[in-house]
Amino acid sequence: MSLEDLRGKIAIVGVGTAGCGEAHGMSELEILAQAAKIAVEDAGLTMKDIDGLCTANLMAAMWPLNVVEYLGLRPKFVEGTNIGGAAFVAHQLPSMLALAAGLCDAVLVCYGSNQRTATFGRRERTAARNVLDPNPYEAPYQPFNPPSSYALIAARHMHQYGTTRRQLAEVAVAARKWAQLNPEAFSRDPLDIDTVLKARMISDPFTAYDCCLVTDGGAAYVMTRADRARDLKKKPVYILANATAVWHRSITGMHDLTVTPSQESGARAFAAAGIGPRDIDVVQIYDAFSINTILALEDLGFCRKGEGGPFVENGAIAPGGRLPVNTNGGGLSCVHPNMYGAFATIEAVRQLRGECGARQVKDAKTAVVNGNGGNSASSQSTSVLATAEAL
Amino acid sequence: MQSNEPGGAEARYFSALNQGRFVIQRCAGCGNHVFYPRSICPHCSSDRLEWVEPKGTGTVYSATTVRRKPEAGGDYNVSLIELAEGVRMMSRVDGVPPAEVRIGMPVRAKVIQHNGAGLVVFEPEAVR
Repeated sequence: MSLEDLRGKIAIVGVGTAGCGEAHGMSELEILAQAAKIAVEDAGLTMKDIDGLCTANLMAAMWPLNVVEYLGLRPKFVEGTNIGGAAFVAHQLPSMLALAAGLCDAVLVCYGSNQRTATFGRRERTAARNVLDPNPYEAPYQPFNPPSSYALIAARHMHQYGTTRRQLAEVAVAARKWAQLNPEAFSRDPLDIDTVLKARMISDPFTAYDCCLVTDGGAAYVMTRADRARDLKKKPVYILANATAVWHRSITGMHDLTVTPSQESGARAFAAAGIGPRDIDVVQIYDAFSINTILALEDLGFCRKGEGGPFVENGAIAPGGRLPVNTNGGGLSCVHPNMYGAFATIEAVRQLRGECGARQVKDAKTAVVNGNGGNSASSQSTSVLATAEAL
Repeated sequence: MQSNEPGGAEARYFSALNQGRFVIQRCAGCGNHVFYPRSICPHCSSDRLEWVEPKGTGTVYSATTVRRKPEAGGDYNVSLIELAEGVRMMSRVDGVPPAEVRIGMPVRAKVIQHNGAGLVVFEPEAVR
């Protein structure tokens, strides 16, 4: 079986988010379970129908066990691969294979994080991970990760291609303008380029606004076979292709700091989907940092390598621009609970269903989702999605 | 480096560094230099990795200034250095303010002792 054989065979039929922003006093499993229940009901299914599970978590090494027990599942298919925030996009391909093979009928992808409000918060988690998963060749130099590694990427991109801090700021401002149209977004105050440039510097060239939010949040979505999807409650969103590329772990192992694995995942996904960047109506890019959006636009082929900076200028990816990117406000302004991949996927589904209210992209029939994972764009997973009309 | 030293590549790298010596690996299978130290070559999977002393020269491939409050020690540089041997490592450039570290700047390695352990840092060639 090839990737092409799976084209349009599987659909996303239910989505749900919960606890986005601040979920005071909630555990990660509680947030996850709320999102899972919403997604399953959105599909018109019950939890008893779920016989496949994909999930991952930054704290628990055997997280699928926690989730199986909590939700009362008995899955025939379990996928717990954690390649960072891209995981919840990358979970699609193994699910597509399992569903197409008839090993299971309904797969739930789910995630929850309380990193913003938990007592054992971001600082403590980072310290713990440095002990559990050490990098002795980088730790002594105290990179403030993930920002410092992506800052090194941005600095190199600026050096090689003349990309400017103002162009990076365009990405943050575009995300904020979309967020202002999204009632679920966490940061909705007005933001302009000068404010981004003059804000507190974190790790050069990034100010606080070039860096994603630190929020709580849960996200879940349900996949099933296309034949079954047509009989369910909501308009199915078909997966034309999903492809994942993983090249390295740390910034030291990234061969060219200006090229991410989405050059490979995007090429494979578009080839199998049979459409290209020009056919895409709406784009959801995992924007952990402002540079991620520029890198992904280049690596997926929306513009040439090095031209991502000019591409985003003059509000080109903001509401009313030439290409709608990160229409929920992205990780920069909507929600970023450690790992954002499922949220990007869900926004694409909502756009293709036409559920997005003030931020709805008119007649959106195709979408691309690009997941990003690790401290240095280490893993990338690209999905091409479409409505029935664009199958 | 003595071949009968105990431990794997990582332990031996840090053992040498603690004694003030900066060593990297060169693969006898494919000829590539390798950093960080491994038990098999990431290019050809050979386990014939030999320890060699790098020239110690390199250039700044990318750099960032990590912002930190003055009372916590102030801003500091984190750089990726491309060694003359073609491998890249994370380090920092000492001897100039963080804001003056530039991509492409020629630098030279030195081993310092920090918190009781050897650490490779770099200095601009010009200030030596």
